[in-house]
Amino acid sequence: MKFVGQSATRIDEREKVTGAAPYADDLDFGPNLLHAEIVESPHAHAIIKKIDVSRARKVPGVVKVVTGKDFPYTFGLYMQDRFIFARDRVRFVGEQVAAVIARDPVTAKRAARLVKVTYEPLPFVLDLKEALKEDALLVHPDLKNYGHCAWFFPVPDTNIAHWRKTRKGDIEAGFREADTVLEDTYTVPRYAHCAIEPHVIVGQCDLSGRLTLWSSSQSPHTQRHVFAAALAPLGLKHQDIRVITPYVGGGFGGKAGVSMEIIAAALALAVKGAPVKVRWTREQEFYNTYQRQGVIARIKMGVKKDGSITAIEHTLHWDAGAYVEYGANVVNAVGLSATGPYRVPNVKIDSVCVYTNLPPGGPYRGFGYSEFMFGLESHINRIAKMIGLDPVEFRRRNAIREGDTLPYGAHMNPCALVDAIDKTAAEIEWGKKEEAAAPNKVIGKGFACFWKAPAMPPNAASAAFLKFSEDGSVNISVSGMEIGQGYLTVMAQIAAEVLTVPPEKIRVETPDTDRNAYEWQTVGSHVTWGCGNAVKAAAEEARAKMIEVVHRVHGFAKEDLYLEDERVKCRAKPDFALAFKDFVINGIQTPRGNFLGGPILASGMFMPEFTSATGDPETSQGGHPNVHYTVGAAGIVLEVDKETGKMRVRKVVLAVDVGQAINPDLVKGQVVGGMLQGLATALYEDIRYSPAGKLLNPNFTDYKIPTALDLPDAIVPIIIETPQPDGPFGARGVGEHTMIPSAPIVANAIEDATGLRIKSLPLTAEKVALELRGIRYDDVKGETMGLCFMGDPQKYAFFAKSKA
Amino acid sequence: MKKITFTLNGESRTVAVAPHEVLLDVLRDKLGVKSPKVGCERGDCGACTILLDGKPVRSCLILAVEVEGQEITTLEGVGRDGPTPLQESFIRHNAFQCGFCAPGIVLAATALLEKNPKPTAHEVQEAISGNLCRCTGYEAIIESAVEAGRQGTARARKPAARKSANR
Repeated sequence: MKFVGQSATRIDEREKVTGAAPYADDLDFGPNLLHAEIVESPHAHAIIKKIDVSRARKVPGVVKVVTGKDFPYTFGLYMQDRFIFARDRVRFVGEQVAAVIARDPVTAKRAARLVKVTYEPLPFVLDLKEALKEDALLVHPDLKNYGHCAWFFPVPDTNIAHWRKTRKGDIEAGFREADTVLEDTYTVPRYAHCAIEPHVIVGQCDLSGRLTLWSSSQSPHTQRHVFAAALAPLGLKHQDIRVITPYVGGGFGGKAGVSMEIIAAALALAVKGAPVKVRWTREQEFYNTYQRQGVIARIKMGVKKDGSITAIEHTLHWDAGAYVEYGANVVNAVGLSATGPYRVPNVKIDSVCVYTNLPPGGPYRGFGYSEFMFGLESHINRIAKMIGLDPVEFRRRNAIREGDTLPYGAHMNPCALVDAIDKTAAEIEWGKKEEAAAPNKVIGKGFACFWKAPAMPPNAASAAFLKFSEDGSVNISVSGMEIGQGYLTVMAQIAAEVLTVPPEKIRVETPDTDRNAYEWQTVGSHVTWGCGNAVKAAAEEARAKMIEVVHRVHGFAKEDLYLEDERVKCRAKPDFALAFKDFVINGIQTPRGNFLGGPILASGMFMPEFTSATGDPETSQGGHPNVHYTVGAAGIVLEVDKETGKMRVRKVVLAVDVGQAINPDLVKGQVVGGMLQGLATALYEDIRYSPAGKLLNPNFTDYKIPTALDLPDAIVPIIIETPQPDGPFGARGVGEHTMIPSAPIVANAIEDATGLRIKSLPLTAEKVALELRGIRYDDVKGETMGLCFMGDPQKYAFFAKSKA
Repeated sequence: MKKITFTLNGESRTVAVAPHEVLLDVLRDKLGVKSPKVGCERGDCGACTILLDGKPVRSCLILAVEVEGQEITTLEGVGRDGPTPLQESFIRHNAFQCGFCAPGIVLAATALLEKNPKPTAHEVQEAISGNLCRCTGYEAIIESAVEAGRQGTARARKPAARKSANR
C-alpha cells in the first residue's frame, strides 16, 4: 500500500504550528456578542425556595437573567435525568441555577453575584454505602419516570440508575472447580479530563428562528439531536438547529455528548438575534462537565493449579454523581466486559450505577476499562503468585483468542494478545531482576494486559461526502472530530489509498451539521474504523464513477480500468493515462466535441449492521452489544525510593494490536500520550472533595497533570497488526486503550519492588512512603476524599453479592 | 481607559484599555490576535504564552497597561514569512495533536533556541515545563526542538525554505 501504513505528516499540523487553526473561542462574532455568567449551587443538595433576580436585572449592561422556570425541560443522551437549569432542587455543588446575560463578561459576573437564591439545604449522599442502604435518601425520587435507552435498567425508588448484569456458565460450579480462590476489594477515585481548552460554545438564534451553535465538541450531530429533543417543546426541530465545530483543544471524552452546551442553546433562545457565549472557567471545567467516575470493585476469582481461570465474579459500585445521562453507559460497558481479555468459562458481573450528590460522571478516555482493569490486573498478579505461576505466563495461558465466547455470548474478533504479551515481556526483560544504584532505591517490574471495545448504540453510523476540484485535489466532508488523534489525516490516507491522490492533496474539513455528512460521535476510539469505512466507501464510489465516465467515452472494458498516480489507466491499452485533473470537474470531450461526465461526487456510509443491544437483562446473553475489541499488553520498569516513596519510570512498553496502523506515527503518538496520561492517574492526579461535597482542587496548581519534566525515561510502542475483517484496510481503534494498563502496571511493579500491594488509586509517593512504614493510608488520609466511600473498603458491603 | 502603545509582531499598535484588563484579553478581543489561548487564567497552563521583549511570559498574568512601550511577539509574528526551521521540525515530527498548547510551546521553544541554539533534551524539557500539553506526552515536541537545534538552523525565527509537507 502506498499511503496506508505510512507515517504521513498530519494534514492539520501546519495550521496548528503556525497558530492558524481556529478553535471555538477564536471565532469572532462582532460587537453584538453577549456573555453569560452562571449562578451556581453552593450546596450538594437543596431545595430552591426562591430566586430573586431583581437586583441583577437592574445592573446596566445586563440584557437578561434566565432561571430554570424559563426552560423547564430535561435533556440527556442515554437517560433524560437533567434539567437545563436546576429546577426545584440542586444536586451537586456547582450546578447551574441561573444565568446572567450581559454586554461584557465583567458585568455578567458582577450581576451574577446579585442573584439571590434562597435554598433549603437537604441531607446529601456522597458515600456509596449511604446511597445504597435500604432507606437511602433519594437523589432522584422521580427516577421511574425518566426516559432512557432500551438497554438501561434503573431500579425505581432507589439510587440505582442502571444495573448491568452479565451471567455466563455456572459461577458456583466454577468456584467449586477451582483449586485456589481469591477475593478482594479495589478502589479507584474520580479523575478529571483536563483538556487544555475549556468548554466554550456560542449560540445564536436569529430572528427567523434559526439556532446555530459554534461548539468545542466531540459530538456535533449528537449535540444537535439532544438540543432538538430537549427544546422540542419550544417548537425547535433538527432542521432549525445547526452545530458548527472547529478544531477542539482536547476531548478525552469530556467534550462528548452534551454537558454545559445545553445552556448556550437555551440562552440563545432567550436573547434572540444576538450571539451569546458561554465559556467555562478552568474551575467549571473540573466540576460541571463530566468527571471520570469513582468505583469500588469486589473481585472473586477461581483458578486451577495449571493457571486456568475457572470463574470471575466482579461486582462494581460506581459513584456516578448527580446525573448519569452519559455515565450510566460507562457502567454498562464495564458490565459487559469486566472479565478482561481472558477466557473465562463462568462469569458473574454486576455493574451498578449509583446516584450521589457529586458532580456528574461521564465518559473519559477508557470508558470504565481503566477503572476495572486496575483491580483485575492487580488481582491476577496476586492469584498467579498464590499458585506459584509467573504472572506473565498466567496471562499467556488465559489470553483470549479469536472465536472465544465473550461474557455475553458473542465471539471474539481476530487478535494477537499472546503476541503482544510476548513482545512486551521481551522488551522489558521480564524475569531479569534489576538493581538500583542507590541503596534506598529498589527496582520492580509490572505487567498487565488490556482490552476495550467501543461502547456504541447498535445503530451508530458514520457517513462521508467526497468531491474533486479542478486540479484533481479532493475535499472530504465528514463529521468525526479532530480532537488531536489525527483523524483528519487518517481519513485522508484512507481516501488516498483508494484514489491514488496523495494525502496532502486531500482536505478533510471540520464539521458543520448543515453541510457535512452524518457522524454519531467521536468517542469509543471508533472513528478510524467506522468513519474510515464510510470514507473508503465514498472513495470507492468516486473511483467507480471515474471509471464509468472513461468507459463511456473511450469504450474500454470497466474491469480493465484502474487508478494509478492520479490517473485513470487501462490494462488493455498501456499507453492510455487520463489525469484526474483533466476530467473530474469538466468531463471528457468526445470526438463529436461534446463532453461526458461532470463533477465527480460521491458518498459513503457505514453502520455496524451486525450489532444489537437486545441481551437478556438478567444475563446479557443474546445480543451483540460490542463491535470488536482492541487488545494489548504493557509492562514497566519502575524505580521506587523507599524513603520518600517517589517513583521514577525507567521504561514503559505498550504493545497494541491495531489491526492495521493507517499511520504508525500517529499510533505511536497515541501510545506515548495515553501512557503518560495513564501514569499520571496512577502516580499523582488526586482529586479531593470536602465532606460537604465541594471539589477542593479544581485547578492545575492543586490537581497535578504531567509537565514536560515528568516523562518516563523511555516509552516503547509496539504495533501489532492482525487485520480486523470489517475495518478499513483492516484497521481498528487505538485512542483510548493506551492509558488503560497504566495503573495496574505501576501497582504490580510497586509490589515487585517492595512487596507492598496497594489496592486503591492513586499510588502516590505519599501513600507508598506511609505504607512502607506500616502506616495505613486509610487511617491518616483525613476527611477529604476522591472516592465516594469514606470507610474501610474491606468492610464495604456489596449487596449485589448476595443476590442471584 | 488609558491609551497604551506597544510593538505587536513588529508593528506599533495603540489601544485603549481599562486598568483591570489583562493582556491576554486585550490581544484576543481588542486586537484580534487569537493564537494565545485561554486555558486557566491563573498562570498554570501556559496556553497564553507570548514573548515580551523576547522572553516567554504568560499573558493572562500581565495587566495590559504594563506593556506600554514594550515589544510583544505572538505566534502570528513568528511564521509570518513561512514556517521557521523550528516550526518545520514540529511539522515533520507530527509534534502536536489537538494543537491548543502549540502557540505557547512554539514560542517557548523559539525563545530557547534564540538563547541556546543547540539545546539538549533536558534543556528543552525545562524550557517548556510551564506549558501543559494533555495529548502528546511531549516526546515528539522535545525531539522536534532538539533536532531543529542539531540541524544548525539556529535562528529559530528565520523562515525555512518551503518543503514538501510529506515526509
